[in-house]
Amino acid sequence: MKIALTTSGDDLNATLDSRFGRAPKFLIYDLDAKTFEVIDNEQNLNAAQGAGIQSAQNIARSGVQAIITGHCGPKAFRALQAAGIKIYNADAATVTEALDQYRTGKLMEAQSADVDGHWV
Amino acid sequence: MKIAVASGKGGTGKTTVSVNLARVFAGEVLLGDCDVEEPNDHLFLKTSGHTEKIIGIPVPEVNEDLCNSCGECAKICQFSAIVTFGTTPLVFPEMCHGCGGCTLVCPTKAISEKNRPIGVIEISKAGNIKLITGKLFVGVALAPPLIRAVKNTLPIDVSAILDAPPGTSCPVIAAIRDSDFVLLVTEPTPFGLHDLSLAVDMVRELNLPFGVLVNRMGSGDNRVHEFCRKENIPILMEIPDDRQIAENYSRGILMVDALPYYREHFENLLEKITDLKKKG
Repeated sequence: MKIALTTSGDDLNATLDSRFGRAPKFLIYDLDAKTFEVIDNEQNLNAAQGAGIQSAQNIARSGVQAIITGHCGPKAFRALQAAGIKIYNADAATVTEALDQYRTGKLMEAQSADVDGHWV
Repeated sequence: MKIAVASGKGGTGKTTVSVNLARVFAGEVLLGDCDVEEPNDHLFLKTSGHTEKIIGIPVPEVNEDLCNSCGECAKICQFSAIVTFGTTPLVFPEMCHGCGGCTLVCPTKAISEKNRPIGVIEISKAGNIKLITGKLFVGVALAPPLIRAVKNTLPIDVSAILDAPPGTSCPVIAAIRDSDFVLLVTEPTPFGLHDLSLAVDMVRELNLPFGVLVNRMGSGDNRVHEFCRKENIPILMEIPDDRQIAENYSRGILMVDALPYYREHFENLLEKITDLKKKG
């Protein structure tokens, strides 16, 4: 199973970005193979609107089944739900710390958006 | 003739110029308040005979029984208003610009269009001025369709003044496009000049004839004048930084009514614009 984490860095020690839609990058971690790749999300960083929806499309294409991030807005939540991607809100400092929290069952699956949308 | 009043920078005096210019028209003139996020031309006019019309845009509605999850609708949408994840589409009406593309490309005719109200157009009259005001509903982020609706109510061959929103983005383009002349209102300050130069780039890109009006003369320096000289842009009028203008403005009284001295200047402005337009 693959899981995405929002980040601004390129490795497991990088900071966990608290934003979902406007995260600069996604680290895609393969829990079985214990390998990862980093995908770019820069275009959404500067999007006027719809960053959450487009970011959901972006990670859905990479085949992940879950996302760990700081916060997730209402449009992103609806899109991720439709894509069948589970959302986990974490306050971890780094990607590694967030993965540890996930592995040890400290993260609960989000049942709703935890922040308001930016414009609507 | 349709004259658009734009600025780049906000607060330079677009409304003041638009309303006063409309007032000095010899005959009937239409005044289109295209600053639909904060229309305020009506504050300076004693209007009567209001009529209202709700304006909406078509947003998609999906019949899931007919949908085969092909994803064509999502492919054509540039605004992520309709997305698919190999599933039936998810619609985000607030993202939709109402282009109708998804309805057209759907092979199974699963998409129909539903009206989403975005604002209202108010039509009223004040002397020689017929005022058409666009008011965007609070929370709606789509000004251009409402601005186009304001413009669509203007009959062809009637003189019109269009009070554009500030800035140089889509709402302004929607307001000034197809006008016969653009009057750029600025102030003699670094901010005024910076945004004026952006506005000049915009009207040149749109290939529209234009000129500049410098408001609050004496409050800044001469950099706007230097810019206009260098760029060969005509300065059609200068309004001094006059306390009396501001006092009357704050009471909602028009400059040309309170201070008749300025009436002639606005009449000259109109003449200059007409001449420039004739010369092409």
